[in-house]
Amino acid sequence: MIGIVYYGAGNIFSLTAALDRLGLSYGMIKTAEDFEKYDRYIIPGVGHAGSAMQKLKDTGLVPSIIALRKPVLGICVGMQLLTTHSEEGDSALTGIIPLETRLFSNKLNVKVPHTGWNKVFQSSVNPLFSDITPGTHFYFVHSYYIEFNSIFTIALAEYGIKFSAVIQKDNFYGVQFHPEKSGIAGEQLLKNFAHLA
Amino acid sequence: MESSSLQTEVIKSGNDLAKRIIPCLDVKDGRTVKGVNFVALRDAGDPVELAYQYSRQGADELVFLDITATHERRKTIVELVKAVARQVNIPFTIGGGINEISDADILLNSGADKISVNSAVVRNPAFIDELALAFGKQFVVVAIDTKHINGKNYVHLNGGRIATEIETEDWIREAESRGAGEILLTSMDHDGTKAGFDNGLLKKINDTLSIPLIASGGAGNIQDFVDVFKISNADAALAASVFHYGEILIPDLKKVLQQNNIEVRI
Repeated sequence: MIGIVYYGAGNIFSLTAALDRLGLSYGMIKTAEDFEKYDRYIIPGVGHAGSAMQKLKDTGLVPSIIALRKPVLGICVGMQLLTTHSEEGDSALTGIIPLETRLFSNKLNVKVPHTGWNKVFQSSVNPLFSDITPGTHFYFVHSYYIEFNSIFTIALAEYGIKFSAVIQKDNFYGVQFHPEKSGIAGEQLLKNFAHLA
Repeated sequence: MESSSLQTEVIKSGNDLAKRIIPCLDVKDGRTVKGVNFVALRDAGDPVELAYQYSRQGADELVFLDITATHERRKTIVELVKAVARQVNIPFTIGGGINEISDADILLNSGADKISVNSAVVRNPAFIDELALAFGKQFVVVAIDTKHINGKNYVHLNGGRIATEIETEDWIREAESRGAGEILLTSMDHDGTKAGFDNGLLKKINDTLSIPLIASGGAGNIQDFVDVFKISNADAALAASVFHYGEILIPDLKKVLQQNNIEVRI
C-alpha cells in the first residue's frame, strides 16, 4: 500500500484519481508514525520548490523521509525536493540525492515553462520502466530541471539541454514528469512503482 | 566553425517535445457546445464522455471553457472538473468565470492542471501576477480573443462580445511579463470559418514569445494543422467542432503530422 506524503504542496486529487483507476490502494501520511503503515511512498509536489520545502519542513516529516529504506517516488517538485539545492528561491532541499535543480536558461533558446509531452529515454535497465518503450512521451510542466548525472540519472529527456527525467539513488526515485497525467505510459510507471521489490 | 556548431544545437533544441493537439470543449449548462463565430450554438454532447473518448484517441490535452460563465456570472462547475480528473489520464485546463484566487484554488484542488483566464485579467491585469505567485506560472493560461480591425489586432472580451482598444500584441507582452505560463490565442476572424488558422498573426506573435503558444480558431481540415505548425511553429493547436463532429479523427491527424516531420505523440 502506498503512503502519500501529505504536506499541502501537491495536486493530490489527480494523483489519487490515477491510483483509483489503477486499483492501487493508498493512504495519507501526516505524522512520522504513519510511515509504518505503508510499504512505499509518494512525495507529490507542485509550485515553488522553496515554499514546498518549507511546507515539508513544517510537517516535521523530513528526518523520517531521509531515513526511509522502502521505495520512495518523488513527482515533479516532489522529485526536486530529493536534491540538494534549487535555483528557485536559492533553496536548500533534503539532499537525499546529491544533485542541483536549475532554471532552464534563456540561452538554451527554448520556451519556459517546458510544457507538454517530451520523449524520455532510459539510460539504464530499471524495473520502474518495465513495459515502457524507450522514447515514450511523458507529460512535463516545469521551469526548473535537475541536471543530468551519469550516476543518478536513470532516464533523460532533452529540451535544449539533456536533463534528468528520472533519478534514482538506492530506494529513492524521482520523476520530473507527471505520471498521473501521462496517459497509459504514466499509468504503467505507477503500476511498476507499486510492484517494485 | 564555432557559430555553425551553435546553429546545429539551436535547431536541434526542443525536437523531442511533441506539438500538442487539444480538443476544446466549450461547456454551457454542463453540456458541450461549439459556436460558429461564437453564436448559433449546437449541442455536441456530454463533456466527461467526450473527454474520455478524446484521451483514448490520443488527444494530448483538453481545454474546457465555460462560455456562459463570464456573461452570466456563473462559476465554473467544480463537479465537472472532478469527474474529468477521475476518468481522464491526460492534463486539462479549465476556464470561465475565474475572478479570484479562491476560484482557481478550488479548481486546482479538484484536479485541473491549469486554469485559463481571459476577460478577468484584461480588467484586472494584476490578477495574473497573483495567480502566478500563488500557483506558479505554469498553471496560468491567458486566453485572448483577437479581432483584426483597420490593420490592427484588438483584444475582445466576454467571448468576443465586447471590443477593447487594447492591441493584442501589447497585451500578450504584458501577460507574459506578469507571469502567464502559456498564451491561448483565438482569432475571431478565423474562428468558425474552417478556413485555416491565422498563421500570419500566430507566427508574428510566436517569433517573439518566450512561453508556449496555443493556436486557436479556424481549423477545418488536417492540412490546416500541418500549416499552423509549419508556418507559425506554435506549440499546440486547439479546435472544437472538427473533432466533436468527427470530421477529423485525432489518430489520422497525428499520422499526417508525423508524415510531415512534425513531432507528435502517437
